[in-house]
Amino acid sequence: MDPDAEEQMFAAVIAADEKIEPRDWMPDGYRSSLIRQMAQHAHSEVIGMQPEANWILRAPTLLRKAILIAKVQDEAGHGLYLYSAAETLGVSRDELQRLLHSGRQKYSSIFNYPTLSWADMGTIGWLVDGAAIVNQIVLQRTSYGPYSRAMVKICKEESFHARQGYSIMMTLVDGSEEQKAMAQDAIDRWWWPALMMFGPHDSESSHTEQSMAWKIKRITNDDLRQMFIDQTVPQAHYLGLTIPDPELAFDEETGHWNIGEIDWEEFWATIQGDGPLNRERIAHKTKAWDDGRWVREGASGYAAKNRSLDKSA
Amino acid sequence: MSYEVPVAPGEEQQDIEFGSSSDHGFPLWEVFVRAKRGLNHTHVGSLHAPDSETAIQNARDGYTRRAEGVSVWVVPSTEIVASDDVTMFEPFEDKPYRHPTFYEIPDEVGQL
Repeated sequence: MDPDAEEQMFAAVIAADEKIEPRDWMPDGYRSSLIRQMAQHAHSEVIGMQPEANWILRAPTLLRKAILIAKVQDEAGHGLYLYSAAETLGVSRDELQRLLHSGRQKYSSIFNYPTLSWADMGTIGWLVDGAAIVNQIVLQRTSYGPYSRAMVKICKEESFHARQGYSIMMTLVDGSEEQKAMAQDAIDRWWWPALMMFGPHDSESSHTEQSMAWKIKRITNDDLRQMFIDQTVPQAHYLGLTIPDPELAFDEETGHWNIGEIDWEEFWATIQGDGPLNRERIAHKTKAWDDGRWVREGASGYAAKNRSLDKSA
Repeated sequence: MSYEVPVAPGEEQQDIEFGSSSDHGFPLWEVFVRAKRGLNHTHVGSLHAPDSETAIQNARDGYTRRAEGVSVWVVPSTEIVASDDVTMFEPFEDKPYRHPTFYEIPDEVGQL
């Protein structure tokens, strides 16, 4: 096809709400926006294993431990689906990993916060995965086929994550005074970072407009955040927990919960590398990669030996 | 989890190398899963693995953690040959007579 026809076809597919597929022509900006977003998403899944893996060996029961292992394994799987989808755009997995390790590509700021108590496993599942679900359900309708399909698969698994988290919270608030206090302390620390996961206000979000036009993004940051707040506030009340926001109020007219202002300084500091654990997270990731080198080399050597044996046979 | 991390003030534009250096890692395999007996294997994604045996193991862990399949295929991605020309499929549009609905059959005729 000639270049004009290709461009028209791209526009027609987007307008018709159909999906762009890997071998289709696409604008350079569409490709690079997608790579950026999908890589950040994949990196978030992978780095997101660290705060939860921190509690596997200290889970309160064998069942909770098995559940947490399954959840962390899912996060690795979600990283795989997303890297796999990103690779269809012509970027290699190694390259994406280099960009993560060198700090040139980012991951969600939420994973730079420490997990200080077992209640954090509850709040992460409930709030962090809950926020992720709101975001990802909408992303199932994103215009890039492989990204959309990865989201469908991830959403199916993510609901287990949120529910196991809420189940931890229900157990804690039903327990001793100490356990209740632990649950309240966890929501006190995670509430605001969870709201930050949706990104800056629409008015401050440099990518929103173009991403919406290309239908990579379908709903804006502020609208997604509001959806999350509206579904989560009653869940907190059910648990008897207090949301750490004195300005939180229900607006009878709009039917929405209004919140106070997010601490954007903290948000930008965390994005820019000065959150509580940014350096540790990347150092740990890089070390795991380096420590695994001998395994990868051994596996490659074994595969090469078998290939040469096959040839000589 | 989710996320699109916003561009921070002063953040450098990334230079992404396309098609770079997967030769330092394991080759890429495409994964196909048969969801249950009676269905075709369907493409579900890809993964990296040093050889076919490891690729099958990784496909099992990566793509079938919840009984999503009863059989998997892995194929080196470089072995997939794809059609390149979307216009190849256009001729079908002017041949409606290939579909049963093209023919008007009176109700009295019954099942046909």
